[in-house]
Amino acid sequence: MNNRNNITFVQGNEACVEGAIYAGLDFFAGYPITPSTEIAEHLASRLPQKGGKFIQMEDEIASMAAIIGASLTGNKVMTATSGPGFSLKQEALGYACMAEIPCVIANVQRGGPSTGNPTHVSQGDVNQARWGTHGDHAIIALTASNHQDVFNITVQAFNLAETYRTPVILLLDEVIGHMREKLVIPEPGDLPVVERLRTSVKKGVDYHPYLPREDGRLPMSDFGGEHRYNVTGLFHDMWGFPSNDPKVVSELLRHLIDKIETNVNEIAMYKEYWLDDADYILISYGSSARSAIHMARNRRARGVKIGVLELQTLWPFPAEMVREKCAGAKAVIVVEMNMGQVVTQVKNAVDNPHTVFLANRVDGELISPSDIKTLLRMIQGKGV
Amino acid sequence: MMERSRLVFSGSGGQGVITASIILAEAAVIYENKNAIQSQSYGAAARGGSTRSDVIIDDTEIFFPKVVQPNILISLTQESYHKFAAIIRPGGLLLVDSKYVKVETKVDARHIALPMYDTVMKKIGKPIVFNICVLGALIGVSELIKPESILKVLETTIPEDFMDMNKKALDLGFEMGEKERR
Repeated sequence: MNNRNNITFVQGNEACVEGAIYAGLDFFAGYPITPSTEIAEHLASRLPQKGGKFIQMEDEIASMAAIIGASLTGNKVMTATSGPGFSLKQEALGYACMAEIPCVIANVQRGGPSTGNPTHVSQGDVNQARWGTHGDHAIIALTASNHQDVFNITVQAFNLAETYRTPVILLLDEVIGHMREKLVIPEPGDLPVVERLRTSVKKGVDYHPYLPREDGRLPMSDFGGEHRYNVTGLFHDMWGFPSNDPKVVSELLRHLIDKIETNVNEIAMYKEYWLDDADYILISYGSSARSAIHMARNRRARGVKIGVLELQTLWPFPAEMVREKCAGAKAVIVVEMNMGQVVTQVKNAVDNPHTVFLANRVDGELISPSDIKTLLRMIQGKGV
Repeated sequence: MMERSRLVFSGSGGQGVITASIILAEAAVIYENKNAIQSQSYGAAARGGSTRSDVIIDDTEIFFPKVVQPNILISLTQESYHKFAAIIRPGGLLLVDSKYVKVETKVDARHIALPMYDTVMKKIGKPIVFNICVLGALIGVSELIKPESILKVLETTIPEDFMDMNKKALDLGFEMGEKERR
């Protein structure tokens, strides 16, 4: 990679790689799939350079299982995939939710369902990121619309995984993953990096892997190290042993959800453009946010009071923030490349759901500023 | 402030069209402190298939990354010329290789046909640097960025033994392009 004064010109997938390296990634296991392949490709050379391990597994299921195991032994871990591979990872992803194992899963979205439209863009996995694995659970999913932000949210994904002991999903898309633009690599220390919280319990003293500290956090012990303990996908007690005691089951399930949902405001990342006096608000994320910002900038120049709310945290959905930002708007247009996944969340969040509209495109092409403009003119009662 | 430059590079897989577009955009970002975005159409196209790469260069931030109407279109095959000539911005610039493309002046654009391939084969004898000659001609006529910036990118990405050949190809293209400058 060409690098001058930390300025690079890279694909979004490489920005993700550099963010992961910056955050302290130790271990990557994956099975290459378009359009995420460059993440595996570049980590295969970058990770060993800094003493990490890269392994190409036999499939996506094994990749997910491998990073869970590696995380338990004390490593910062990641895998990367796209649609069909993301489906395969769901079972083990649920295991990581249940056993509270920090890990980062990048899903560079392509058209689906099934093998779908491998080389073209889509944002159809938003709900899968939330509910792909079975059972009640909470999840964190982040996204970004430019390479600097891809770098930042990747670092943040590792930080949140460690802080909340949870899988974190990076929901990128084909346009962002493949296009090239400027990335300035921050110096060490410029961005906060959260390290693994390890137990202070001494060797030979009983360690309870699922007994929270006073602040609710669960310090970890590197598996295979100083303490013996059990890890399971079954409901479990503070020792990590299976239990179907109704109290244990209820408390654990509520804990898994509360630890994330009660921190929705801390986890919420977003950017706003010209919202202060906006009559019309575009809500978007990922590559479609670029079209929304482009269109809003042009309309602003013509005197239209329009702004953009770009979501970077999709899950947990920052409903309260969205409601507040949209309170004064005449109309809200959600710009996304699916049949309406975030728009449903926005309608649930705002005071006037009948003023929320969907501008979408599902043909594998990036939604364009003029696509959005057409809908805006219809809402304004102007000709198309 | 420079005008926003929207370029479409088109040709046949294997000609180095996409590589050339990446080198241009990378040079603009790293050595000329500009913003640039490069994106390409991914599909079943491979060696011999039709390829397209979009580049936007500007001093201000670029949001929508695709080129709808290029003000510069580079076509290195007849097929890509036919496919993309119609989308060129009125008054734009069309750069083609005279060996591969027979120009029909149907679109409102300045047509420049240069014998880039033949010159490379005659003076260097290696088709591998054809794309660098095209890049030289492009910046020669358009003054988008300085040739030194292209050379700096090449120095960091290609083996030393290949540098002379690439530099020569860049110079040959630049000279041809410069003569067309207005």
